[in-house]
Amino acid sequence: MSKRIDFQVDPAGMKHWTVEHDGPVAYLYMDVDEDAGLFEGYQLKLNSYDLGVDIELADVVQRMRFEHPEVKVVVLTSAKDKVFCAGANIRMLGSASHAHKVNFCKFTNETRNTLEAALEDSGQNYICAVRGACAGGGYELALACNHIMLTDDSTSSVALPEVPLLAVLPGTGGLTRVTDKRKVRRDLADVFCSVEEGVKGKRAQEWRLVDEVIPNSQFDAGVRARAEAFAATSRKPDVTQGIELKPLQRQFLADAVIYSTIDVALDRPGRRAVITIKGPETDAPADVAALTAEGSETWMLRCARELDDAILHLRTNEDALGLIEFQTAGDPARVVAHEALLLAHADHWLANEVLCLWKRVLKRVDMTSRSLVAMVEHGSCYAGVLAELLWSVDRSYMMLEPFEEDDRPLASVQLTDANFGQYRMGNGLSRLETRFLGAPDDIAGLRAQIGTPLDAAKAETLGLVTYAYDDIDWEDEIRLFREERASFSPDAMTGMEANLRFAGPETMETRIFGRLTAWQNWIFQRPNAVGPEGALQRYGTGVRGVFDMQRV
Amino acid sequence: MLDLINVSYDSQIPNNVGLSSDKKVLKALEKWHPGYINWWNDLIPQNFQESMVYLRTAVSVDPKGWAKFDYVKMPEYRWGVLLAPAVEDRRIAMGEHLGEPAWQEVPGEYRNMLKRLIVIQGDTEPGSVEQQRFLGLTAPSLYDMRNLFQVNVEEGRHLWAMVYLLQKYFGRDGREEADDLLVRSSGSEEAPRMLGAFNEETPDWLSFFMFTYFTDRDGKMQLESLAQSGFDPLSRTCRFMLTEEAHHMFVGETGVGRTIQATLEAMTKAGITDPTDINKIRDLGVIDLPTIQKKLNLHYTLSLDLFGQEVSTNAANAFNAGIKGRYMEQRIDDDHKLQNDTYPVTSIKDGKILTEDVPALTAINMRLRDDYVRDAAGGIGRWNKMIAKAGIEYELKLPHEGFHRQIGVFSTVAVDPDGNIVSAEEWAKRREDWLPTKADGDFIQSLMVPCYEPGEYASWIAPPKVGIDNKPGDFEYVKLHMA
Ligand SMILES: [Fe+2]
Ligand SMILES: [Fe+2]
Repeated sequence: MSKRIDFQVDPAGMKHWTVEHDGPVAYLYMDVDEDAGLFEGYQLKLNSYDLGVDIELADVVQRMRFEHPEVKVVVLTSAKDKVFCAGANIRMLGSASHAHKVNFCKFTNETRNTLEAALEDSGQNYICAVRGACAGGGYELALACNHIMLTDDSTSSVALPEVPLLAVLPGTGGLTRVTDKRKVRRDLADVFCSVEEGVKGKRAQEWRLVDEVIPNSQFDAGVRARAEAFAATSRKPDVTQGIELKPLQRQFLADAVIYSTIDVALDRPGRRAVITIKGPETDAPADVAALTAEGSETWMLRCARELDDAILHLRTNEDALGLIEFQTAGDPARVVAHEALLLAHADHWLANEVLCLWKRVLKRVDMTSRSLVAMVEHGSCYAGVLAELLWSVDRSYMMLEPFEEDDRPLASVQLTDANFGQYRMGNGLSRLETRFLGAPDDIAGLRAQIGTPLDAAKAETLGLVTYAYDDIDWEDEIRLFREERASFSPDAMTGMEANLRFAGPETMETRIFGRLTAWQNWIFQRPNAVGPEGALQRYGTGVRGVFDMQRV
Repeated sequence: MLDLINVSYDSQIPNNVGLSSDKKVLKALEKWHPGYINWWNDLIPQNFQESMVYLRTAVSVDPKGWAKFDYVKMPEYRWGVLLAPAVEDRRIAMGEHLGEPAWQEVPGEYRNMLKRLIVIQGDTEPGSVEQQRFLGLTAPSLYDMRNLFQVNVEEGRHLWAMVYLLQKYFGRDGREEADDLLVRSSGSEEAPRMLGAFNEETPDWLSFFMFTYFTDRDGKMQLESLAQSGFDPLSRTCRFMLTEEAHHMFVGETGVGRTIQATLEAMTKAGITDPTDINKIRDLGVIDLPTIQKKLNLHYTLSLDLFGQEVSTNAANAFNAGIKGRYMEQRIDDDHKLQNDTYPVTSIKDGKILTEDVPALTAINMRLRDDYVRDAAGGIGRWNKMIAKAGIEYELKLPHEGFHRQIGVFSTVAVDPDGNIVSAEEWAKRREDWLPTKADGDFIQSLMVPCYEPGEYASWIAPPKVGIDNKPGDFEYVKLHMA
């Protein structure tokens, strides 16, 4: 896969989705262009999707929050006649590399989570109207919505046919949401996930697979009425005007990607990327009016969008770079000030949206299967939101005391209120809570440090960074770390890091990423699915998969 | 001792499957029966329900004398469960189980696939009865009315046949599917029939004949391929259904033929030789040949859609599993596994219609459709002979398989009846030349006046050469109950 996959979407050039606005209700139609797949060799028939379709969906969901805050309810439905959505395109999956499958799966999972986050964070409620076949990833899309309506035409059903049909799992949250979100009884879930044809009508409702079953002739009216009722009782405040998400300023060079607030340096021989985040160069907007006027140009929003895009780019297009190093550069006081304006007005819709976007972007960092390290050099600005990176990464190194011929301001770490719960991880805890799981009392002590720039000695003592090194040791220690990291098996690194990063309680989200997709990725490696005689390879040929019947 | 040839009437449901000793299934079928009778009673207008219809009823599955004719009120027709005689030591004829003994029970791994096929087949049977429900009111003769009702009761019996399989072999799921077959209904907004052609209207008798000629012939091809099934009860069921289906196509072919005959005779009598002199011909109370061609175009293309996608995973799976074979599977000279063969399939590339070789296993639908096209061509030839004999210069034609298609590779392009890809605007402009218009429909409708006297025939249709059961054309095929 040599072509660069781009995660930015020009809303005017959308191929697979259309949105119709009706005041507080938006209708989001899935209408996949079967000839507009991301790669050659497959057609996106029956509203099946590939990464390209999902990238557009992610963009729609994002824009709905920033550009259409007046929307309280989004009805996800199909523009096709007899099919809601047939799920991920199987030929695409069959021909994709393992790495692409895993990345695809992760991104689609993250996007499904954003559908739920829209309600939780902003009161924007995604509901789903299913008419026609709704199978596999199609039903998983429905599951990510908060209310599912199914037509009762004695044909339309919801189904998770992956196991019987393809010998893989419904891995985009399917198994997890059936039990954890829909709370389907586990034996019924077992039956449901074993029958190719799924469950239709009243039984789908009885089994909790859908919320309501509507007579076919009243379906459209019923959906409309339900959407309007949800909108009328929505707790989402009325907002009349959103902001436009302007295109990102990006430049792709041979060994770098340059954004307005971020530089990504690609060190291919060293198999690492360095992401340098540049703090704000101007003062924070004076008030929310000024914030709104700055719109997508305001530093907090611009930086979040750019970092998100940079991470996705590295994940998808630079899979040989096993180590991502974070650097920051700028004035920590300004970072604090920009964040403080948002925190002070967290009840303002845009301030809230920007803070919530940071929450999602930081989760994206948590979920990135590369070794992550943060370098806290002199002149850096690890404050508030950027300090979160220190506890997202696997290790951090901080410069201790002045370095020779380095006149940048001394390295510091600065905590803000936001570090204590604003940007919760997938496990429902703050990064500090997760980090200090064994010493919850220390969190109170850390609160006392809010607002004080902490030097390296202090930060190390408080456990906020892994190591603090002075001028003498710094370069060597960093070199040793990089070389050691580069010598380890990438698989073992991915596995080790994914296990160590998410201490603490399980949530639906951690179960999806830690359990469901891990099993799925195992199955994606097994001959029963992907071997030459495996079910996924053989799908569509008419010849069945041949299974090694040994239980592993 | 179980009599497997003669039909047993010792239970409410005539059968040759030993129902009276199969209490479980008997109970299930008897539970289903009232719903079925309600469905039937709500469907066909009441005076016809009370009429005595000269129907054949299956009394045996012996091909040489399986039916007897007598007057019956339709609701009292003995819808039976009849399977063709078992073939001793029958073996699976295709796919990965080739040569293994045919299954007498449903193999667990293919349960869902089998059930789906049976449900889809079952859904078509009552569908056509629903489409034809009002035709009795405009029957062009008692002979035709009797044929209509014969087809209807037999489609009803075909529904029974599929329901029996669902009830007997598919447990609770099967029973629910059997119930749903009575929930869906043709053209319903609430719960339509599963396949498009069975939700179209059958507004007039020419449509009925075209339907029985073209759409029942799709049914025949589907039954032929299910008759190859490794699941023996399905195979035996379908084999017996085929004996009845032949009559449906006979009704279609002779019905269209007699319509043409009436037109030709009227034209000759009036001295009209130009078949396109439509208004003059219509004034004679007959249907002009170009309009017949348009009707043909419509029903043929709707029927082609029933074969599904040219390249189909489901069809490949079903063949490989030994569930559904090809037309005349046993007579085909190949390995019956098709794992290394190819088959030419039409495709569209850069605006051109091409054929491409694809793995034969995935082209099962295409092959069946090709067989269908050949089978359907026969009657056209016979109709054209009649036209030629009357000295009229006109030839009916099957349009190109890409014309007017909603399913498969042609669904995305506009193709004219000669097989040229044209622009969507061009196609829309010429649509009225190719497919029946509202005005055509109104005209045909104007001819649809009932003829309820024995031996009387509507102007637009000729009497049959021979009647049914060797009875004459003026036999009282239906004793109408006129309340
Ligand atoms: Fe039939
Ligand atoms: Fe038939």
